[in-house]
Amino acid sequence: MIVAKRKPLDEIKEMLKPYNKILVLGCGSCVAVCMAGGEKEAGLLSTELQMAFEMDKTLPPSGGTPPGSAKQIDTITILRQCDREYIDEVKDKLVQYDAILSVACGVGVQFTAEVLNGEKVLLPGLNTTFLGATKEPGMWVERCLACGDCILDETGGVCPITMCSKSLMNGPCGGHEKGKCEVDRNRDCGWVLIYERLKKLGKLELIKDIKLPKNYGAVKRPDKIVHEAYQVVGKEEVKK
Amino acid sequence: MEFEPNILAFCCQFCAYSAADLAGSMRLQYPPNVRIIRLLCTGKVDPLHLLKPFQEGWDGVFVAGCLEGECYFLHGNLHAKQWVNYTKKLLKEIGIEPERLEMFNMSAAMGTKFADTVREMTERIKKLGPSPLRGTEELKNRRTEEQVTDK
Repeated sequence: MIVAKRKPLDEIKEMLKPYNKILVLGCGSCVAVCMAGGEKEAGLLSTELQMAFEMDKTLPPSGGTPPGSAKQIDTITILRQCDREYIDEVKDKLVQYDAILSVACGVGVQFTAEVLNGEKVLLPGLNTTFLGATKEPGMWVERCLACGDCILDETGGVCPITMCSKSLMNGPCGGHEKGKCEVDRNRDCGWVLIYERLKKLGKLELIKDIKLPKNYGAVKRPDKIVHEAYQVVGKEEVKK
Repeated sequence: MEFEPNILAFCCQFCAYSAADLAGSMRLQYPPNVRIIRLLCTGKVDPLHLLKPFQEGWDGVFVAGCLEGECYFLHGNLHAKQWVNYTKKLLKEIGIEPERLEMFNMSAAMGTKFADTVREMTERIKKLGPSPLRGTEELKNRRTEEQVTDK
């Protein structure tokens, strides 16, 4: 899943300053699992913002004018912000607000903005961080860089591109010590993990294969995939 | 007039709620500033529940659960501790003193501890002064509603 982290409250407040009617738009998929932008987190953020803006409304002890004004902040959470059908369902509501603070990943924010096509301002509430797995409750770890050319069959199911700090294709390098990486001594050496895994699998000979340089052009960014069933050879052909 | 804080307590029915009951049976005196919400387990407490009272202008909130290692549902009080600590960070972010929120642990036999806890929280909040969100529209509305219900 896509793992994200909420932006600091001050940064979000700063973004929202010019707007009065704000919608916090939650996303019920990946970011709900990593407790960053689901229904609960969207509710929590909207409560936090309401309180923070309410406090700005009160007079500072030194006197003068209050630093902020009251704002209306509502919440809606849809199942996915990266699928048009879910955005379309709430589109009528979305256009009623001055600004929409989306707490989805970067994909969700961009896609919702694309669907709204300039009708409303879309602001990001999260920093999208990585593709990861839930290691333990409340902890997520990166496991894939989406390189587009998977070699997990050769490395015992441990990805050297992700797990090695230097993304080495042939390792470990001389920098590892007691199974830890020289970039960060608290981090496991990816290639030691690969060695240990291959040993358990009884496929240690695989580590001796010299792997060719990786083709980082496998994914043409920004890439696009069309499922073969949906590929139209010739429009006329389909019409027949 | 001296400032009298409004404090909300989330109490587990197996320990702190019974302790409050016991404090009553023991005729212990403690400040009348606290209102109690009974929970099946403090594990049910959520940051949203903890922020809401502050949003409505309450001056302090505390969660009282079983002694650590003695939760009726094994880990509920430990989860509550995590969420209380997290909510403290949220409060700080918003600009409200995190000391206004606290987690306490006690058993059902600790009537005195409950009375002491209420006393401690009341003292602490009195020192901190009224919540910055006190007197907002929500609180005024709530008070009006309360008055109507009382009548």
